[in-house]
Amino acid sequence: MASLTRADVEHVAFLARLGLTEEEMARLEGQLNHILDQYAVLQTLDTEHIPPTAQVIELANILREDVVQPSLSVDEALTNAPERSDTGHFVVPAILGGGGGA
Amino acid sequence: MTDPTRLHAHEMAALLRGGETTSRALTEAHLAAAERQNRALHAWLVIYRDEALAQADAADKRIAEARLAGASALARLHPMCGIPIGLKDLVSVKGGQATAGSAILKGYLAPFDSTVTARLREAGAVIIGKTNMDEFAMGSSTEHSAYGPTANPWDLTRVPGGSSGGSAAAVAAFHAPVAIGTDTGGSIRQPGSMCGVVGMKPTYGRVSRYGIVAFASSLDQIGPFGRDARDAAALLHAVSGHDPRDATSAPEPVPAELLSLPAGDDEAASYLKGRRIALPKEYFVAGIEAGVAARIREAVAAMESAGAKVEEVSLPHTEYGLATYYIIAPAEASSNLARFDGVRFGHSDRSSGEFIDDYLRTRGAGFGAEAKRRIMLGTYALSAGYYDAYYLKAQKVRTLIKGDFDAVWAAGFDAICAPTSPMTAFPLGAKLQDPVAMYLVDACTLPINMAGLPGMSIPAGLSDGLPVGLQIIGAPWSELSMLRLARAYEGITARAPWRALEPAELELTDDPTTPGPIERMARLTAASAGAGGQSERTQR
Repeated sequence: MASLTRADVEHVAFLARLGLTEEEMARLEGQLNHILDQYAVLQTLDTEHIPPTAQVIELANILREDVVQPSLSVDEALTNAPERSDTGHFVVPAILGGGGGA
Repeated sequence: MTDPTRLHAHEMAALLRGGETTSRALTEAHLAAAERQNRALHAWLVIYRDEALAQADAADKRIAEARLAGASALARLHPMCGIPIGLKDLVSVKGGQATAGSAILKGYLAPFDSTVTARLREAGAVIIGKTNMDEFAMGSSTEHSAYGPTANPWDLTRVPGGSSGGSAAAVAAFHAPVAIGTDTGGSIRQPGSMCGVVGMKPTYGRVSRYGIVAFASSLDQIGPFGRDARDAAALLHAVSGHDPRDATSAPEPVPAELLSLPAGDDEAASYLKGRRIALPKEYFVAGIEAGVAARIREAVAAMESAGAKVEEVSLPHTEYGLATYYIIAPAEASSNLARFDGVRFGHSDRSSGEFIDDYLRTRGAGFGAEAKRRIMLGTYALSAGYYDAYYLKAQKVRTLIKGDFDAVWAAGFDAICAPTSPMTAFPLGAKLQDPVAMYLVDACTLPINMAGLPGMSIPAGLSDGLPVGLQIIGAPWSELSMLRLARAYEGITARAPWRALEPAELELTDDPTTPGPIERMARLTAASAGAGGQSERTQR
């Protein structure tokens, strides 16, 4: 089974949008590889003809009437916003132009 | 009257209906105990004195009105009316905190009630506070709480189990007769076992998860803690049932008989006659403590003497459970925890001026070590090139694990009995540096979540002075039968000497010189730093 390099740890941390310190990355590299070693046992099982199980309840396609139901007011929905506008919106960091990167 | 904190909820309910006590008196007594002992136990993250007393007064008014209206009105009151309860701090209570044990949700105030909260309010329960937990319910010891660990009232140098360790410790310490927890891989049953209380994870879909902070959505389930089967059953009754706001909650009827488990020990014990109990041999192998195995075998032998038929069975894929779970649960967690981006709620760092860096800083500072580990594992298992090898493989093995249990039900067994945890409560700090050792604590509970089955832990005596939990596993929707079985075991062991014991170190928590778990952990950290990070010693 594959083992994780330091570069993999950095890549996965970026995918997960986790800013990690040098110390955290070093510790995680060892710990994650130790955990991945435990996964190897699964490769001893032949599962070629076994269907996957994503969930265990026998419910599917739960539908309801498309009618308006009570919900939070704008003010309630914004209670926890780190930053909000006077016009009732979340203020989010710019993602296009004007200082936004990527 | 005896100390009201020592009463079971069903005893309180009878006294309330008879006008022999009030919810205010019960609530005052429990609040006082919680406030006095929380420094040394740290079971509670917040205690709601004023709100609880207001809810208690409202319950007293309901009970008084029902008494005036007559016997049928009194009978319609839910047994939870006027009963103090603790909620794990990932249950939304409108206007209150819901930290999920994480720094990233510090200061967050829930804008709405969870369905569980709403149903408890409807029943008239009195919410006295929110209990400590491992961050995002990820852990087996409550040491992964961003707010510091909880102590086990049986031995204050030990963990209460986890992740619902605060709820389990609070119920064991008589701060509340009942509490709510959540269980993704053992997080109700395992702390229930380590604290010597009853804890049940119902069938997946039994209790609505609307308003509960999500960890792994195909595994999470909410359930009750109590000090006996009757109280756990009554609380389960109060919170169960279909909820249109949670599409995974099942339209399955909630049995009214949950409220009428037998009061008499002999009547309760008679349920065992002819019941077929399966004992899975794979749950008694490597790593199980001798004292735990002995208590479980004694418990099963006692049931056999009372008329149950016990047969050994095999659940052949048990050994693959841990690896399967630690792919599926982190994968779902990494997806669920993506919502903590510092935009709509929670911790937010906007100091970089660049949005990707803001995410990295917000999440890097907001999540603790275990949450980061699981996010990393899950992201890796779902990432390009590894999906088939890890996640899809694990989902296929999940099918095999579920199939093991299906075969037991097809063979006509009423229940499976097994240890809840292979070990009793371990010392604070003992497994904190070794994630795999911590994960092994849940080896006997997590297969049940993957199969979606109901499971419960009930006290089965002590090993070296620490509680041992007997796990009862049932077929889907068989909670009532499981609780009858649990009640029957209470019946046949009612006169066992260990039944009369209170948590051995609970009295120490009244002593202001007893160090709390946060202080103990700080000492351990200092000691291990001094010893090159190798120390696993505990101190008093």
